This record gives sequence, C-alpha cells and structure tokens, in this order.
Amino acid sequence: MLPELGQFSLILAFCLSILLGSLPIVGASTNNLLWMSLARPLAAGIFVFLAISILILTYAFATDDFSVQFVAQHSNSLLPTRYKLTAVWGGHEGSFLLWTFMLSGWMLAVAIFSKSMPLDFVARVLGVLGMLCVGYILFMLATSNPFDRIVPLPPADGADLNSALQDFGFIIHPPTLYMGYVGFSVVFAFAIAALLSGRLDAAWARWSRPWANVAWAILTIGIALGSWWAYYELGWGGWWAWDPVENPPLITWLFGTALIHSLAVTEKRGVFKSWTVLLAILAFSGSLLGTFITRSGLLTSVHAFASDPGRGVFILAILGISVGGSLLLFALRAPLMKSEFGFEPLSREIFLLANNVLLVVAAASVFLGTLFPMVYQALTDDLISIGPPYFNAIFVPLMGILVVLLGIGPITRWKKTSLVFLTSQLSKVAMLSVVLGVVIPLVIVLRFSFAATITIVLAAWILLSMLRDIKNKTANKPDLRSGLKALSGSYYGMQLAHIGVVVMMIGVALTSSFSAEKSVLLAPGESIDLGDYQFQFNGTLPVSGPNYIGDEATFIVTKAGNPVTELHPQRRLYLASGTPSTEMAIDAGILRDIFITLGEVKENGAWSMTIYIKPFIRWVWLGAILMACGGMLAAADKRYRRLRSRSEEKAVNSGRAGLRTAT
Amino acid sequence: MKNLRFYIPVSVFAVLAVVMWRGLYLDPKELPSMLIDKPLPAFALTTVEGAAITQQDLPQQVFLLNVWGSYCLPCLIEHPTLMRLAEAGEIPVVGVNYRDQQELALRWLDDNGNPFAFSILDEDGRFGIDLGVYGAPETYLVDAEGVIRFRHVSVLDEQVWAEKFVPAIAELRRESN
Amino acid sequence: MLIAIAIAGISLMPIGFAQVDTFAFDTPEQQQRFRQLSNDLRCPMCQNTNLTGSSGGVAEDLRREIHRMIMAGMTNQEIEQFMFERYGDFIFYRPRLRAETILLWFGPLLFLIIGGGVAFGISRRAKVVNAEHGAPLSADEQTRLHELLHKK
Repeated sequence: MLPELGQFSLILAFCLSILLGSLPIVGASTNNLLWMSLARPLAAGIFVFLAISILILTYAFATDDFSVQFVAQHSNSLLPTRYKLTAVWGGHEGSFLLWTFMLSGWMLAVAIFSKSMPLDFVARVLGVLGMLCVGYILFMLATSNPFDRIVPLPPADGADLNSALQDFGFIIHPPTLYMGYVGFSVVFAFAIAALLSGRLDAAWARWSRPWANVAWAILTIGIALGSWWAYYELGWGGWWAWDPVENPPLITWLFGTALIHSLAVTEKRGVFKSWTVLLAILAFSGSLLGTFITRSGLLTSVHAFASDPGRGVFILAILGISVGGSLLLFALRAPLMKSEFGFEPLSREIFLLANNVLLVVAAASVFLGTLFPMVYQALTDDLISIGPPYFNAIFVPLMGILVVLLGIGPITRWKKTSLVFLTSQLSKVAMLSVVLGVVIPLVIVLRFSFAATITIVLAAWILLSMLRDIKNKTANKPDLRSGLKALSGSYYGMQLAHIGVVVMMIGVALTSSFSAEKSVLLAPGESIDLGDYQFQFNGTLPVSGPNYIGDEATFIVTKAGNPVTELHPQRRLYLASGTPSTEMAIDAGILRDIFITLGEVKENGAWSMTIYIKPFIRWVWLGAILMACGGMLAAADKRYRRLRSRSEEKAVNSGRAGLRTAT
Repeated sequence: MKNLRFYIPVSVFAVLAVVMWRGLYLDPKELPSMLIDKPLPAFALTTVEGAAITQQDLPQQVFLLNVWGSYCLPCLIEHPTLMRLAEAGEIPVVGVNYRDQQELALRWLDDNGNPFAFSILDEDGRFGIDLGVYGAPETYLVDAEGVIRFRHVSVLDEQVWAEKFVPAIAELRRESN
Repeated sequence: MLIAIAIAGISLMPIGFAQVDTFAFDTPEQQQRFRQLSNDLRCPMCQNTNLTGSSGGVAEDLRREIHRMIMAGMTNQEIEQFMFERYGDFIFYRPRLRAETILLWFGPLLFLIIGGGVAFGISRRAKVVNAEHGAPLSADEQTRLHELLHKK
C-alpha cells in the first residue's frame, strides 16, 4: 500500500510541477499577480510530496519490503541498518529520486529566502525550476519508477547492496555531491529569469552571488568526499582517476568557479553580463551532462549505473530542451544586455577575464577528453583510451598559469591598474617567494628538489601577495585590529578560498612527487624500512566477521626508534561470494599518510604486502574544505542581508515598474 | 551581423547533442584483435593431456582455437556448440586452457565432454597474453597457414556460428583452393 | 566535523580492490618505472581501471610481464610496444599522437588560443568604451592616489 502512495505522491508532485512550470512564468509576462503568487506555495508543495516519496522509499528499505523491486535489487535483510536507509541512492531509480528531491529542496530555499526580490523575478525563477521538475519526474514515472513492485511473488530476500558501497563514504558522498550539483540549477534559473525579463543589473548579480557561492561550496565538498572515498577504497594511493563519471562534476565545478568570479565583476562593474549568463547555463548543463553519462551507458566507467539507451534518449531530450532552449534564448536575448562600462588592458577585470578563460578552457578540455573515445569509435570503429596521463598533461599547466595569476589578480584595481603600481607591490613578494622556494626544501629535506621549490615559490607568491593586499587595505586605519574588522566577509571569504587553493596545490604537488611505496615478502618477525620509518611485522591472527573470515596482521611502525603507530591490515574471504578482499590499514596524519595492504600468505609463512607513504595527501581535501568555507563565508556577507529592508522597498517599486514594461 | 556570435553556443550544443545521440546507439564493442592477419605466436608448451606441443603441431587446415577455463561459466554455455562442431567433424577445434589448473581442466573435460582435438595448457596465461586474450571465452579462426583471420569474444553460440564463422570459413576455404 | 575527519582521518577499514603483488626490484628507479607503467596502462578486461587498480585476471599477468621486462632490461618504449602488439591503442591511457588524435592533443591549445583571442577582443572593446567615458587616471596619478590613500 505504501509504495503505491509513494508513487501517487510522485504523481502529485508532477502535477504541481506542471502548474509551477507554466502559470507563474506566464503570469510574470502578463502581470497576473495571482499566477505569480502561486509560485512559492507550489514550490513548497512539490517539496512536500517529493519528501513524502523519498521517505516512503526509505521506509520500504527500513522494513525490508522486498516486494518493491528497487529494494529487492539493492538491499538484504542482513544489511546493517545505516546502509539499508542509504541504499535509497544505491541504484539508478532511487538516486534519481534523491536528485529530484534535492532540486525541490533548493526550490523551497529560493521560495523562502527571496523576500528581497520582486515577485515577477521569483515567479520566473521558480517557474524554470518547476519546468526542470516536470522533466525529471516524468522521466521517473515513465522509465525509472523506484516504486515498481515485483509481481506475483516477491523474493524472500534481496540481492544486497554492492559490497563496494557498504562504506561510510557511500553515506555522505552522493547526497553532498547531488546537493551541490543540483544547486547550480538555481543560478541557472536566475539567469533564465534575467533573459526572460530582459533585465540584468547589479541587483540581479547581488541576488545570484550567494546562491552560486553556496552551490559551488557544497559541490567542492561533494567532489572532495568522492576523492577521499576513492583514496581509501582503492588501496593504492590514487585519489582522482579522471573517470568519465568523475569528470562532469569537475567540469561543472570549473564552470562554476568561473561563474562566481564573473558574477563578482558583473555585480561590481556591470560588465560581462551576457558572459555571466552563459556561464550559468554552462555550469547547469554540466550537471545534466553528468546525469546523462552516468545513466545512459554512453561511456564506460566503474561508476556507471546499468546502461539503457532508452533512458539515455529521455535524458538527452531533457538536456536538449533545457540547455538547447536556454542557449537559444541566450542567442535571442543576450545581445540586448549592454555593458555600459569599460576597462583598461591592465585591470582587475582583465585578470578575472583571464581566470575565466583558463577555467573554461580547462572545462572544455576535460569535456573533450571525456567524450573523445566515443567520437573516435563512431568515426573509426576502433577503440582508444584516454586517462590520467592525458588529463594531467593538459590540466596541470592550465592550473599552473592560473595559480601564477592568482598572486597578481587580487591586488589589481578595478578599471585601471598601472604597471608601475603592480611592480612596486609585487617585486619584493616575487623575490621573497623565490628565496623561500629554494631555502625551505633545503632546510627540511636537506636536498634540492625542483618540484618542492616550484610548489613553495607558487604558494609563497600567493600568500605573500595576499598579506601585501591585507596590509594595503588596513593601512589607513588607526590600528591593525580595526583595519581587519573593517574588511568584509566577502573579502575574507575570497582570501580563505584562495588559501584553500594554495593548500590543495601543495598537497597535489608534494604527494605526486614524493609518494613512496614498497612491495615486499615478509615473514613474521621481519622488518623493513621505507622513508624515515621502520615497519616491524609481528605476524597474523585469525579474524572473522558476520559474513567473512580472514587474517589480521600486526605492524609496529617506528621512526628513529620512537613508536609512531600500530597498523592492522586484514585479508578477508567473504563466505557468500567466495571472493577475497584486502582491507588496508591507514595511519592518517596531517603531514603524511602511511598505509599497508596485505597480500597473500606464501607456503613458507611469509606474507606479501605493500607499504605506502603519501606525504601531504590530506592537504588535497583540506584545501577543498578551506575553499568551501571561503565560499560559504563570502555568501554570508552582511551586505546580502543588510540592504534587504532598503532594497526590499526599492525592489518592490522596480518590480512594479518591471511589471509594466516586461515583455 | 553583429549578433551572430551569440548563436555560437547553441550551434555547438546542437552538434554535441547529435554526437551524443549517435553515441548512445554505438554497440558496446569488444576489443579488436591486434593479431588479425598475423601468424599465431610461437610457443613451446604441453597439452592438458600431458604431451609436449609447439605451433608446428597445430592442424594444417582452417581450425578454431578456443580459449576456455574450468572456472568460466560462459564457456560451459558455449560448450554444446563446440561439441556439435567436433562431432560433425566440419572443423578441428583446438583448446587453450587459460589460467587454469591441469587437474581441474581434465575433470571439467571428463564431466562435460571434450570437443577439443587437444588443449594447450597455459597455466600462467603467457600464451594468452601473446594472443591478446583478455578473458575467456574467446575463439580464434586460424587459416591453413597458421594465420589468425578472425576473433570472437564471449559466448560462441549457434547464432554467432552461423552469422560470423560460417561465411568466414567458406571464404578462407575458397581462398586456399 | 568534516575537518576532523579529514585531518585526524578515521582509520577506517575499507574494502580494497588492489591486488598486492610482490615484485622485487634491484633499484628504486625500477620500482618507480613499474609503478608508472602499471598506472598508465589500462586493464583490458575491466570497466575503466589501470593495471594497478585491477585484481586478478589478465591485469595480474600483465603486471608480471612488466616486471619481467623491466628486469630483463627493456626500455619503457619496448614494453609499450609489447603491449601495443597484443592489445592495441586501448591499453594506453595516454593516447598516442597520430593523425586521428591531433585534435585531441592540440584541442586544448586551440581552445586557449580562441579564448585568448576572445579575451583580447573584449579588452580592446572595453578600452574603447572606457575612452569614451573619459580618461582614467594616468600611471603617475594612480601611484599618487595610492600614496595619498595609504599615508599614515
């Protein structure tokens, strides 16, 4: 009974979406106050019904209702409860319901936090999001219904959740990723609303920025969680595989980063208007592209759900209508948005333009590499592979240039900056950076290392330039403290995010250059050295769990005689499937990770194993966290809230004016 | 026309959408063999039955080389087809016992029937690598000169036999006449 | 909480899929070459993994072959040729530069040139618009303004 209610709830949400996707938008064009006011309640209603649907599905998992096909495919009575509840997103149908539910969550947030925006604008924004809901829910009802039942005889037990997913990472990575990914639909809707109304001004940019920043921050965390999960799941130290399903979120993230910088220019200077709108559309299409690739079987990936061209065509149709439609609207309406101001060749605008060019080129290149094998096969009937060596060769230099510019950009002035000014500010910074870059590796590792030097030069370049800028900005205040207080949340957010970039860069560069590993055969009692550490193997003990048996090894890790940690990797045999698996043991640290994977026991009692030392690997994700915090901090800037009362009045007035003139 | 450049994004998108649509209907492809029209790699191994064997002991006519293992379920599925071919005597079938163990292989042949004139024992998979094997079952069509002419990956059922192998064999036999 | 997880790192016991080889090498440079090759070659039978991340099957055998060839003194190029003769382009995660892959390898550079050109065009136009709006501060004036603002 309940699953049918769940499906009915979906249908209700679908009906409300049709209303939301039509009435408020028409109402905005025809000044129909009633139809426009329907937007917020309809959005809330859609959220409620989708929430009911997903709760019912979760309940079906919680109560082991194997008559529901999706539950039978992805659960089992012996599955631990936390995985039963989260298996909702363990397969295509349920994860798509989660995707749509996230969208409705964002819609609700827009409905609530849009008091300072004129009604016609809100109506259009929610209307566009409603249209997306129509597409997504129709897709579910037509091709991917999570509430389909197995008739006549439901199985006695389920097929179980894929063992790779029975892990903490599975609980947090998909929801966070989807939350950020789907979040870009909001700023996309803002852009469409601007195109529809023909108005794109500083107010629009000021409204859009928090939404873009928050979605960007959450997506950053979502991607970082995926990388972290892959790292400890795979067991050989890899943390980014450039997989065809991993790449679309990155493409969206790159467009999103360009977007948040472009929005800054549009808000402050009123330029790059149509370009910002285009970026919002591109970032959103990245999210649809990800859905398409994962669910259509277009590309081969370890992440892909089971392939189904029928579903693929449907999603491609959604992609075509939403992205194609918005790009067509862009072609028709964007030329009307004139930028009024200019700027000189050396100015902050130029540096942000360069930022955008590099990020968009990076996104396009990742997209090219992702799609090329398919195109190649279509044209030559032959297969090629494109993987990390290609992507790293293209991506790293682009990011390198961006990082260099990052040391200059924040110091430049809007509209015009003199070269003399820049050189006077940065020449000492540059020299000091080079000195630090050469000296620090020598002092710490007692030898010269090109990779470490370049990394530290770039890191110092950005950090010292940042300090220089802070010094400039606080110079004309009575003391440092009041100077720092006067700086806005937006400014601190920017600097924090840039620090995050530096931290991540250090992590990536140092772990790539200085990771060490050793594969050995050790008998109990023997020990081995790697790096500065000594590993003493103290034999194994049998171990067992609910569905496996195995051996657990004990390693004593020391450094110059001082104990560091004890590690207990396992080798398991899962009884149901008969498959062996290795459980690595990690000692995580801020400066390095040490981990050991256990292989097999040989006839003489010796075990094969591999020991890894990964320096600074945690900095990769720490950098992402700092970036996300920076984004959130910037979004929380008081100026987005403080002016509300004043701008509310203004907005209501301009809204009324807009109502008269909108086409 | 100044505004033409605004139509660039939608045009690029249209092209990409068509490309991706075409891509949906590309057949999932098996890896093409690099050894087509190349001679079988030389080897010096033993058969599952225990006799020494090199590439000179292979049939001097068109034959099938089938890669199999006792662990391989699809091999069991294609087994009846191979048995029928062996009994009909149309074409010799030589096996390559890939990454398996001799006793398990012999037992499998005992239990299920042996369609192979003989099976080359390739316990460590070296010969498989030289052939470019990436998973059992695979079946190679080799001509009278020992040159590989065709490879099929995955189950060889009657339909595949009729559609792919029969025409290819007829062609090869025509050539050698 | 997220920071705590990332920094402290829960010593989780995940299911790993990497098979553990034990190949002995004479020099660390050989081990590095092995790791490099094993990372950059694709497992022919897996969905989308390199040889390092694949357990069992032909991936295991190929790693063993790479080890054998490194110890036998073969160069990376010779090892890649060995792989190519048996498995073709598919096994390389770094696509070889050929006529068909020129667009792939030079595409990003092309994008960069186009992007740079567009940016250049925009900046030219913006400069014109700026000139129409009145002259901005000159370099000297800018420096003077900076000094005035930041005089203690």
